[in-house]
Amino acid sequence: MGEASPSRERGVRVQIAGVRRTFEGEGGEVPALAGIDLDIAAGSFVALLGPSGCGKSTLLRLIAGLDRADAGTIRVSPEADAGGATFAGGVVRSAATSTAFVFQDAHLLPWRSVLDNTALPLELAGVDAATRHAAAREELSRVGLSDAEARTPAELSGGMRMRVSLARALITRPRLLLLDEPFAALDELTRGRLDDQLRALWAELGMTVIFVTHSITEAAYLAERAVVLTPRPARIVLDRTLDLPTARAATIRLTPELGREVQVLQEALERGGA
Amino acid sequence: MVASTRVPSSRTSQRHLVGVAAPPLVALVALLAGWELMTRALGVPAFLLPPPSAIARAGVTDAAGLAMATLITAEAAVAGFALSTLLGVLAAVLLATSRPLERALYPYAVLLQTVPIVAIAPLLVLWFGPGGRAVTVSAFIVSVFPVIANTLAGIRSVEPSLRDLFRLYGAGRLATLVKLELPAALPSIVTGLRVAAGLAVIGAIVGEFVAGFSEGAAGLGILVLSAYRQLRTDLLFAAVLCAAALGLTLFGAVSLTGRRLLRRWHPSARG
Ligand SMILES: Nc1ncnc2c1ncn2[C@@H]1O[C@H](COP(=O)(O)OP(=O)(O)OP(=O)(O)O)[C@@H](O)[C@H]1O
Ligand SMILES: [Mg+2]
Repeated sequence: MGEASPSRERGVRVQIAGVRRTFEGEGGEVPALAGIDLDIAAGSFVALLGPSGCGKSTLLRLIAGLDRADAGTIRVSPEADAGGATFAGGVVRSAATSTAFVFQDAHLLPWRSVLDNTALPLELAGVDAATRHAAAREELSRVGLSDAEARTPAELSGGMRMRVSLARALITRPRLLLLDEPFAALDELTRGRLDDQLRALWAELGMTVIFVTHSITEAAYLAERAVVLTPRPARIVLDRTLDLPTARAATIRLTPELGREVQVLQEALERGGA
Repeated sequence: MVASTRVPSSRTSQRHLVGVAAPPLVALVALLAGWELMTRALGVPAFLLPPPSAIARAGVTDAAGLAMATLITAEAAVAGFALSTLLGVLAAVLLATSRPLERALYPYAVLLQTVPIVAIAPLLVLWFGPGGRAVTVSAFIVSVFPVIANTLAGIRSVEPSLRDLFRLYGAGRLATLVKLELPAALPSIVTGLRVAAGLAVIGAIVGEFVAGFSEGAAGLGILVLSAYRQLRTDLLFAAVLCAAALGLTLFGAVSLTGRRLLRRWHPSARG
């Protein structure tokens, strides 16, 4: 898998400062995030690890602008662009930052073909049919699904559906790709393949990737940097740049280097109280 | 509804059809035979309970009148059903736009379902005049609620993550409605329409009882009343059978259309 000097200018920098989020629950307030500070460099691949229910999805939704923080700022901007006003709770975006979100389930529209599912973001942006279908075909071939374009989601395996979801996320050439436990429901073999595919796509396209996972091994295998969170309300217990070669292949899964990183992350999770 | 893992071939689906159709048919034949024998053996007067053979005879001799009446009722029922489809879906889309609006108006939609149509039918005559229009409105009032309720439930139960997805890609209100909410609600809408189809026929006939007297155009409801007054119980039974057949036909047509629409993606239309 060639990952020689990927172009990194496509990615965006994500700066999170003092972000808090508390939900109103049945039995009072549920604090999900209690002051998160994180500076993610443009074009990096960051894994977010933490126990179930600690607030990982909440953080990802805040970065995507799908929810508002109670306090703090989140700034999403190209590295070069340092300007722009910030305001509390909101997400500040420069014009040219497009964000894509991949959920734990593929969340395809069951009444649409694979091709039309993939083309959905462009369709919503008003791109004409011929152009968006051409773009969708290109994305589908990128994830190895060229021959499935006419099928409906019900006719695909779980792994194929997830790949369609990935193709749909990539079609807008996002500069920020957020993934919330995307491969958690898949078997180990399929998951490993998709991990490799995601690494390759990142190397090729150079977007910033924030990847939420429960799997310590997956985090260590995929990311350049791992951020470990405590149980709710989430705080950062470990923020570590992984000491692993840039070029990753399936063989690295068995090396002592990866084992060491897994152990460090494991200890951080336990230290956090997971 | 039953999900079958076997690939259905036309042979197995034919066998399936026989399996489904045979038991009720056998029961029907047994019932009719028993009925015929009982009425003859006990000498039941025909105005109380005519034997099936007499009903069949009435159906043949009065075929033209029955067909005419069925057509007239069908027209009002179909028009009422179409109104329910259009206005019911529209009302649900409006109610779905805001919770306060739903809380304010939904009780009145429920009222539509509980209001005794016989009691307000005279009002319909006053407002719309006797005949087809009042009958159509009666069919509409009786059948609109299930459309509203099911469409609303369908729109409300759209996966939140899919809404997030549309929001992330900047979809407007209309695009979200047309490309997400209505297609996602389609299985529920079809369920509502299936119920509404049967109710529209009932609403039309009840409407005719009160409001159906107009020159030269007597639907099944009128036919039932006049047969009753003349103690033509055989004709009454034949008219009731026509009404049942009309309801079944409308229900079947809606079910079939729904299956067609949902065939490729929804589990309820498979197997
Ligand atoms: N919309 C909401 N309303 C109320 N509480 C919420 C809401 N969203 C999340 N929470 C609560 O906030 C906490 C964090 O939720 P979140 O989904 O971010 O956790 P997570 O780390 O993604 O968990 P998992 O790994 O299980 O997906 C949980 O206790 C959850 O119950
Ligand atoms: Mg989560």
